[in-house]
Amino acid sequence: MALIKEIDYGTPAPRVPDGLAVASVTLTIDGQSVTVPEGTSIMRAAQLAGTTIPKLCATDNMEAFGSCRMCLIEIDGRNGTPASCTTPVANGIVVHTQTDKLKRLRNGVMELYISDHPLDCLTCAANGDCELQDVAGQVGLREVRYGYEGRNHVFAKKDGQANPDFLKKDETNPYFTYDPSKCIVCNRCVRACDEVQGTFALTISGRGLDSRVSPGQNDPFLSSECVSCGACVQACPTATLTEKAVIDIGQPEHSAVTTCAYCGVGCTFKAEMRGETLVRMVPWKDGKANRGHSCVKGRFAWGYATHRERITKPMIRASIHEPWNEVSWEEAIRHTASEFKRIQDKYGKRSVGGITSSRCTNEESFLVQKLIRQGFGNNNVDTCARVCHSPTGYGLSQTYGTSAGTQDFDSVEDTDVILVIGANPPDAHPVFASRMKQRIRPISEGGGGAKLIVIDPRKTDLVRSAHIEADFHLPLRPSTNVAMLNALAHVIVTEGLVQEDFVRERCDWEEFQEWAEFVARPEHSPEAAEPHTGVNPADVRGAARLYATGGRAAIYYGLGVTEHSQGSTCVIAIANLAMATGNIGRKGVGVNPLRGQNNVQGACDMGSFPHELAGYRHISNDVVRKQFGDMWGVELDAEPGLRIPNMFDAAVDGVFKGMYVQGEDILQSDPDTVHVSAGLAALECLVVQDLFLNETATFAHVFLPGCSFLEKDGTFTNAERRIQLIRKVMTPKNGYADWEVTQLLAREMGLDWTYEHPSQIMDEIAALTPTFANVSFKMLEEKGSVQWPCNDAAPEGTPTMHIDKFVRGKGRFMLTEYVPTDEKVGPRFPLLLTTGRILSQYNVGAQTRRTANSTWHEKDVLEVHPQDAEDRGVREGDLVTLRSRAGTIALHATITEKVAPGVVYTTFHHPETQANVITTDYSDWATNCPEYKVTAVQVTLANGPTEWQQRYDIFARESRRVNAEPAE
Amino acid sequence: MAHSLFDDAEHITTTSGERLIYMANQISKFFVSQPHDKAVKGMTKHIADFWDPRMRQRIRDHAAAGGAGLEPLALEAISALQK
Repeated sequence: MALIKEIDYGTPAPRVPDGLAVASVTLTIDGQSVTVPEGTSIMRAAQLAGTTIPKLCATDNMEAFGSCRMCLIEIDGRNGTPASCTTPVANGIVVHTQTDKLKRLRNGVMELYISDHPLDCLTCAANGDCELQDVAGQVGLREVRYGYEGRNHVFAKKDGQANPDFLKKDETNPYFTYDPSKCIVCNRCVRACDEVQGTFALTISGRGLDSRVSPGQNDPFLSSECVSCGACVQACPTATLTEKAVIDIGQPEHSAVTTCAYCGVGCTFKAEMRGETLVRMVPWKDGKANRGHSCVKGRFAWGYATHRERITKPMIRASIHEPWNEVSWEEAIRHTASEFKRIQDKYGKRSVGGITSSRCTNEESFLVQKLIRQGFGNNNVDTCARVCHSPTGYGLSQTYGTSAGTQDFDSVEDTDVILVIGANPPDAHPVFASRMKQRIRPISEGGGGAKLIVIDPRKTDLVRSAHIEADFHLPLRPSTNVAMLNALAHVIVTEGLVQEDFVRERCDWEEFQEWAEFVARPEHSPEAAEPHTGVNPADVRGAARLYATGGRAAIYYGLGVTEHSQGSTCVIAIANLAMATGNIGRKGVGVNPLRGQNNVQGACDMGSFPHELAGYRHISNDVVRKQFGDMWGVELDAEPGLRIPNMFDAAVDGVFKGMYVQGEDILQSDPDTVHVSAGLAALECLVVQDLFLNETATFAHVFLPGCSFLEKDGTFTNAERRIQLIRKVMTPKNGYADWEVTQLLAREMGLDWTYEHPSQIMDEIAALTPTFANVSFKMLEEKGSVQWPCNDAAPEGTPTMHIDKFVRGKGRFMLTEYVPTDEKVGPRFPLLLTTGRILSQYNVGAQTRRTANSTWHEKDVLEVHPQDAEDRGVREGDLVTLRSRAGTIALHATITEKVAPGVVYTTFHHPETQANVITTDYSDWATNCPEYKVTAVQVTLANGPTEWQQRYDIFARESRRVNAEPAE
Repeated sequence: MAHSLFDDAEHITTTSGERLIYMANQISKFFVSQPHDKAVKGMTKHIADFWDPRMRQRIRDHAAAGGAGLEPLALEAISALQK
């Protein structure tokens, strides 16, 4: 295995808008005829033909800059020596990339670069990965005549005095260093921050010899606006910006392409290794989800995989009040299987169940649900999508016939109007947000000039940030999404903006008419909605007109849509809106659910829901159930099983007694912690499989150590239905991949599983699931990735859904009556709490809290509007009590206008805070997806942690004790 | 010891029975805007598709005993459940 190195073509491929043809251009480069698309640079054309022109400031994920003077060429009949990066191809021209003149020019410029660059190459961290060194070699630099005595940036001292041009290394960022003495001012870092990431945190201050890369106003990196995405580090051709891990370990020697285990964007990375030591994760340029970009989590926050708190030995105990005992794998598995058998004998077949993990692979989720259906003999299986995107599954299936998001991420490049509702991509889906921002930035700034509508109670970063401003921000009251969407639909219908041709051809006309009559009623007008939503009706009308008439319009949404008591209704309302305006079935449009976890899409696809088998087919479907039953040699239960909240209810009722939880921390992530903990405490056997003793494990009787995504093979499916491989680059610390652990348990339960590799599990999935029919590891190795459905009808996969017709045939409009939530503010609880996440932390924080990412966010804080803060005497940083009808916690307040008056906001990344003590048992009517986004609360000044927090802390500490000696 | 964890006087709990009634009513509020027959059918199918057998049995028993607290549409839809 070697180090994977992608070819750098120097400049990006010219972008071709969907539906336009592009002309070809033929030219001659070094005597060779080359044909490329119009708009290609000569540098790129040369590289495509296999000729590398020396370059320093050019790289193919950003626009040409033309500053380094290395890539000069000569063209017959043209004067001078133009830069090949900024000169486009033309028909018939004859280009020379190497002449005496060019050699002399390049050599001279290189000499100047090196005259102000240290020559400590042997001890330099970039040794072996330095483009400056490579180019010096390419241009034949043999001497530097200028000496180092003059003005320079290289030495701390000059003539015994401090050198005023020398700047100290900035080591404030936990993951990389900035060493100004090695900078050649190529601007690649600045351009990466602007063009690729879109944060505009870096600039070049000064001129001439004073030019410096400067974060913000000469701030240290850590306190600047830098979001630590790593794009600048990747872009740097020298050791100026270098990963600390590379400085520490040295250059990697081999690499494997794998998929990030954080969010649903599904970035692919090269895991660059020395032996079994991970040196760095570098975004893979051919990754179709991330196109070579990354964020602070995937790029840097992987240290948790080898964190000292990882549990690597199985443990069991008789009761949760006892300390844990380490046991062998054999004993742990034997004990677990005998407990599940005992419980089923005593309480019946349906008294046990399990939860598949959105963090584990497709193959692992498939096996857990198979164990439950085939081995336990019931359908009590659910997954964390229950608490995030289950309403998407319901709403889109009902209207379009499949829960699939309709597009790929590339689609955003053809979008004219972006409508974001209940999502905060810069924090939760950062890499996709960068691509979205590229599309939104004005054309004059090199962007795509798309219009932007944001519907969100908070003034998120998308509403206004560097070179981005929403055309409309509709800051609605939490819980009023459906009223808002009905108002938008009202405007579209009553102002005659419906795409009637599309609706007549593609949708059920009768149901459309029913819907049109419904939304046209005066009670759905923006004016009538205002008392609910609090949003200016003129803005609603403006936004509706823009969405309906602004060209290709795409809706992106997140948990701010689904996590409501009307989550499913809201998804349906979104689907209606896209159909009514004809924004379905081609590039640049569509309905795009932004999924939270790395494999939440996959977990759902794999049949993790209690009512359906892999590929979203209902368990009551006799034909499908028989297929599975025949292959597995059992008759499957035809009745839907329990959903997660139903499991807790059944546990409290005393009829649900055993649970196998793989890779999910339900105690911290699920709402109404008091209720969840009561449910967990009522279990006789709770089995937790995880990397760490998470919060759920405090109630567990068996702990099966899990392994990280670096330690196993498998596939993840991202938010755009893209199936991608993860590859094992190190030996599992716990001894087994997670799928192997499930298999051990299944065998002990008497099932004859004989999988030797996850690829065999995928083969079984493909055989049973029509949308996966042509998927195999071999195919993924060849293609890199594929979007399902992938079968004989769509052998290359399906980037865009519903092109000629909807999956269900005719698109179905459904009525979406606005029903106000029962979670209402009143004198006792006058504020509305809404919850979410921030960039540096991830979900329950089990991974990111065990990395230096906590430098950016060491605790959950409560965002309070200045007015609400003043009314309560709360100042910045004060400890406050947050109280709802479900519980009380204490946390620190921060005062910000990001939240509207009457609304407070916090994250749920830290178990000490336990934000979910506050959230209630209200849930979506169709799917029981919890209403995380709306809780009526009161905020008061606090003296210290609440009683609950103190009691829980003591309990959790006691519960985590491990006996020193293995019990015999 | 662990049980003291749950003795939170301020925590408002509902029983699982109350929750079933609440959930049924919530479902009915989605379907109620549809034409009556379609609404009853839709809601009946929804419960048959997504509720586990014990939950269905309990809500049917409740409906058979008069269905106190159930919205009219919910009561009608539950009474139409086959099993």
